[in-house]
Amino acid sequence: MIIPAVPPSCYLVLGAILFTIGVIGALTRRNAIVVFMCIELMLNSVNLSFITLSRFLNSPHGIMFVFFVLAVAAAEAAVGLAIFVQLYRTRETINVDEINLMKW
Amino acid sequence: MAENIVTLFQWLVFLGISLTCIFASIMVVSNKNPVHCALWMVLTFLATAGLYVLLHSTFIAVVQVIVYAGAIMMLILFVVMLLDLEVELRSKLKFLYSKAIGGFLALLLMLGIFYAVITRVLQGSSGSFTPEKVSGVGSTRAVGEVLFTDYLLPFEVASILLVAGIVGAVILSKKREPRKE
Repeated sequence: MIIPAVPPSCYLVLGAILFTIGVIGALTRRNAIVVFMCIELMLNSVNLSFITLSRFLNSPHGIMFVFFVLAVAAAEAAVGLAIFVQLYRTRETINVDEINLMKW
Repeated sequence: MAENIVTLFQWLVFLGISLTCIFASIMVVSNKNPVHCALWMVLTFLATAGLYVLLHSTFIAVVQVIVYAGAIMMLILFVVMLLDLEVELRSKLKFLYSKAIGGFLALLLMLGIFYAVITRVLQGSSGSFTPEKVSGVGSTRAVGEVLFTDYLLPFEVASILLVAGIVGAVILSKKREPRKE
């Protein structure tokens, strides 16, 4: 009896579960930093899907996309967190329910 | 027989890592303290790096640990420390209908992705980037050869994006002094 190797759909299902958990967090949490972390979680699950497809199709392009997603996530983290610090200075809160005006 | 043992080991590692990953991300979403959320997030990223190793892309796994679990999460922890979030810690997680609707829609999305993933077989032509070839030259070299030939222009654009991010972060977090008339 030969045990089959882990099929790609297992990794893709895991990516789907992680993405859904990230979506639930981004929709239900009200702290802007936690919402931000949930967005990172979604990016991470998409990266997992990219790497899986790249591995099972023997193609380097998925890995390249993961590389650029990482670069974009780093830039996004720097700018987003600077915006949160600035928001906290002016509004004294980072609750996304209370930040509902474009200009104060 | 030996191959059976290898695949069995792969299954065990995959199941363990994926359960860790799911548990840690659920803790990220459900924990009230943002610092605890960030630490569970680090565990999620480390577990995903383990999955990348299982998928034969060791370079991306190391980058994941350095950039995500190291740099980005440390930045988030610093910002959590800069802000005073005590008020939110004391307030209880309220139940709102909007949250229930949001969770329901997210579950629908998950079922949609499941349907798309399970019913379709992997399509597309198979390339020449096989695991044997990659392990022959090393993952870093294989990735670098593609990155600096086919993907040179996107690579340079990414560097411009990072510079823009740095400049934007500095300008945004600068303290605005009131103008002297």
